[in-house]
Amino acid sequence: MPQDIAINGDNAVALAWKQINPDVCAAYPITPQTIIVEKFAEYVANGEVDTEFVCVESEHSALTLCTSSASAGARTFTATASQGLAYMWEMLPITAAMRVPLIMAVANRAVSGPININNDHGDAMAARDCGWVMLFSENVQEAYDMSLVAPRIAEHIDVQLPCMVNLDGFVLTHAIERMTTVDTQAVREFVGEHRPLYPLLDTKHPVSHGNMDGPDYYYPHKYQSVVAMEKALEVCEGVFADFKRITGREYKLVEEYMCDDAEYVAVILGSSFGTMKATVDRLREKGLKVGCAMPRVFRPWPAEALAKVMAGKKAVVVYDKHLSIGAYGPMFPEVVAAGSDLEQLPKMYNVIYGLGGADATVAGFEKSFEAVVNGTAQKIHYLGVRL
Amino acid sequence: MVMASISDLVVGGRIIKPGNSEQFNTGDWRTYVPVVDQDKCIDCGQCWIYCPDNSVVFREGHMSGFKLTHCKGCGICSKVCPRDAIVMKEE
Amino acid sequence: MTSLAIKDLQKLPVRLTSGHRLCAGCAESIIAKQVMMGSEDDLVVSLSTGCFEVSTTVFPYTSWNVPYVHTAFGNGAATCAGVETAFNALKKKGKIKENVNFINFAGDGATYDIGLQALSGAMERGHRMVYVCLNNEAYMNTGIQRSSATTIGAQTTTSWPGSVSSGKKEFSKDLTAIMVAHNIPYVAQVSPHNWRDTVQKSQKAFACGGPAFINALSPCPRGWRFASDQTIAMAKLGVETCVWPLFEVVNGKYELTGESARIADGKAEKKPVMDWITSQGRYKHLLQDKNAPVIEQMQNEVDRRWNKLIKLTELD
Repeated sequence: MPQDIAINGDNAVALAWKQINPDVCAAYPITPQTIIVEKFAEYVANGEVDTEFVCVESEHSALTLCTSSASAGARTFTATASQGLAYMWEMLPITAAMRVPLIMAVANRAVSGPININNDHGDAMAARDCGWVMLFSENVQEAYDMSLVAPRIAEHIDVQLPCMVNLDGFVLTHAIERMTTVDTQAVREFVGEHRPLYPLLDTKHPVSHGNMDGPDYYYPHKYQSVVAMEKALEVCEGVFADFKRITGREYKLVEEYMCDDAEYVAVILGSSFGTMKATVDRLREKGLKVGCAMPRVFRPWPAEALAKVMAGKKAVVVYDKHLSIGAYGPMFPEVVAAGSDLEQLPKMYNVIYGLGGADATVAGFEKSFEAVVNGTAQKIHYLGVRL
Repeated sequence: MVMASISDLVVGGRIIKPGNSEQFNTGDWRTYVPVVDQDKCIDCGQCWIYCPDNSVVFREGHMSGFKLTHCKGCGICSKVCPRDAIVMKEE
Repeated sequence: MTSLAIKDLQKLPVRLTSGHRLCAGCAESIIAKQVMMGSEDDLVVSLSTGCFEVSTTVFPYTSWNVPYVHTAFGNGAATCAGVETAFNALKKKGKIKENVNFINFAGDGATYDIGLQALSGAMERGHRMVYVCLNNEAYMNTGIQRSSATTIGAQTTTSWPGSVSSGKKEFSKDLTAIMVAHNIPYVAQVSPHNWRDTVQKSQKAFACGGPAFINALSPCPRGWRFASDQTIAMAKLGVETCVWPLFEVVNGKYELTGESARIADGKAEKKPVMDWITSQGRYKHLLQDKNAPVIEQMQNEVDRRWNKLIKLTELD
């Protein structure tokens, strides 16, 4: 039966995994993800899952082992953060190109250097071009729910791509929140039996995986992933609808808050969406017509859904928890591109905030968002940096 | 350059026809061709086990010649033959 | 187990077909076929990036008649371990019935250098797999650069002999000893000229029930500078000069095999390293007077390692 429990984000992900009971899990500990594998190892030790659990010697081997395990036909999960994701980077596009639907939780953390263990989106953003489906969560409930929907999306016959479930380090991974579980039987029915495509271990039908392409095949194979990503948008919507039927909880490609009548909209990712909602409430009290939106699905990029949110607005401000040094925050140009076909593109602003765990408070958001409304904002604002 | 149509390709760059490199002939790499003297050959199979390209043909225990579609003409068979039954000739 | 008669080996399934694009006279396919003859059960093959990988799977062609997977360069052992782990999971759930063996082929670059961490991890964790190093003593796929398996004095495109250089400065790393130090059930060195020895050791490796490591000398006509018909002769000479001794280590116990056992017993001649040096163009510069000390160093080191190996075989 569904239960209301108090749980931190990492343990919520581990609980989702336990309920799914994957075939294989291989991971390497890294803060702030470590609790996930520690908790899962406990489930393994107590026989609560059937999973083959492998404590590899590095993240590079973690993703490698998971990729070939998934190619072999096993439902496979892993988790990492920050340097771990960076160390996996070589494998990220390979996993995607091999079209294996493995699931990875990423406890978003700043990337060195300087070394820093706190939350920002530098790790996920550096992985965004690799061909993975990327989901983001606002709170612990969503980290749990996204972990449950991820295999359905990744394993869909029209998608067959790996999927990253992002949850903000410490803010969600270590924070205990109240959430409602899904009954384990319902989880297993929802996720369903794994039906791998061309599994390596079908030795009666030998298939070669991970072959070498010249230019005449490399590009067409990449284009196949483009098609799969486009399909993934529809598939996400379908899976979210199914999930709503069993839980009552509704998810969208782009989550909106007070956007309908808003003249100014902030676009923001992850746990800070909650902070931004509180900011919108305050600004609304001051009579400002503001709203905010979060791309739940970051890859595939939900350009059309975002454009609908942006249509007719006076200004849109993109809050990025990462910085492409020498350019903008990584989400900013993508939001601009999403609105580029609108009859009139709103005025566009970029706020860089929260790097390496720097404070992301309602007060800071309020001041920077109000500057956008007042027309006094700079194109790029480095929130909280003392000059 | 003519790129493949994506509808012809299995996703993931997988190749689902095992061993289809048989259709890729490497025989035209060859400068020297092995020639066997069947009178000297004792069917010992040394040429077979050392051939890097599976190009020594055995039928019912007898060395019956070379698969010239794939033989690259390396000459290993000629050197390992204990009876000097194989010579390399310029093609 | 299959007998070691050629007529019986010919009945085994052809796992690696023709049409691969290895250079003429390359030893890698010869070794791979001999090693795979050691498994009667189905096989899944993984490859680390390298000559063997790029030449056997150029899309849309594969030379593999068995399931095959490649991911990257430095992680062949982890790739193979992933398939083995999936097998264990699916076997436990009753989705797979028959036994399957797992094998990873990798060059010396992918084994001695960039892939050492993944290899060490996989061996320590005890994955049931046979890891085969096709050791041609340099990065041949990228054009003959030195690796930590390259022997002293060898010319490579990153260890040129020159006015102040006599080729590679360092001795090769003793990787086989590092693998023995993992205390895995089976470790061996093989050379393709002695196919009986290679097939037999491979049978033992597949049957050992845990991780096994086979280091295979893989003469490279292109990189070592010898004629393509000399590959097998070169493999034999490596063993006869004790540059590449044949031995196995079964549960920690060393034993010499093949020609190496006969040399140790005094039944065959231990040839001078000079024979090895004069047979290959990569050592040509060592024949200049100024490089005589390098040859001496090489002979001394080969002798030192050989004598140590004999001592190791005397241990219980």
